Amino acid sequence: MELSAEYLREKLQRDLEAEHVEVEDTTPKRCASSFRVLVVSAKFRGKPLLQRHRLVNTCLAEELLHIHAFEQKTLTPEQWGRELQK
Amino acid sequence: MSGSLSRAAAALLRWGRGAGGGGLRGPGVRTAGSGRGGGSSAEQLDALVKKDKVVVFLKGTPEQPQCGFSNAVVQILRLHGVRNYAAYNVLDDPQLRQGIKDYSNWPTIPQVYLNGEFVGGCDILLQMHQNGDLVEELKKLGIRSALLDEKKDQDSK
Repeated sequence: MELSAEYLREKLQRDLEAEHVEVEDTTPKRCASSFRVLVVSAKFRGKPLLQRHRLVNTCLAEELLHIHAFEQKTLTPEQWGRELQK
Repeated sequence: MSGSLSRAAAALLRWGRGAGGGGLRGPGVRTAGSGRGGGSSAEQLDALVKKDKVVVFLKGTPEQPQCGFSNAVVQILRLHGVRNYAAYNVLDDPQLRQGIKDYSNWPTIPQVYLNGEFVGGCDILLQMHQNGDLVEELKKLGIRSALLDEKKDQDSK
């Protein structure tokens, strides 16, 4: 089972039609396989945080079975635009 | 809380693990005595998350979190002055650890429930804390966030 940051990034980008995805392999900082992801997608518009995170969880359902720790940040394109301006 | 009280609580935690709930665990924090065995069916978990207004499932305890994310949840609640919450240590009970993930259809611990409803994990709680949503959600539960009082002090200076 391929669990590279690159693999996760492509899958998230594809399944969530994301306009921007960042995946950081945080395994070195923790005791086991862990990742931190940032996903920017129009699919998150109008959805509360929990629903957004569930979309990501569903996309990576298989992979999460093998990941020990997972952090995620989910933004709409508008929110991402504001972040970049900070 | 005086230093000797927290030392006593920490000692109890070391000796009392799995010995059942209750006892000195800190200000108003309770721990599930799921040592009754199999305390992790959907019905039991449903009752558990509805028993208290604020329920969290952690790795470790509020006094001794065993994971950075669980610790973050504990610290956020502390910042808001939430004292009376139920904290369940999944490290004590593998059935609970898996059961709660199945129940909420959420792959990780910690898990936060407000008013019987799953809110999310550490990421979501942190974002709610940062954007003011947590203060609002607590208010709906009749819990006044300590941060509101801090703000009031600042405004009146």
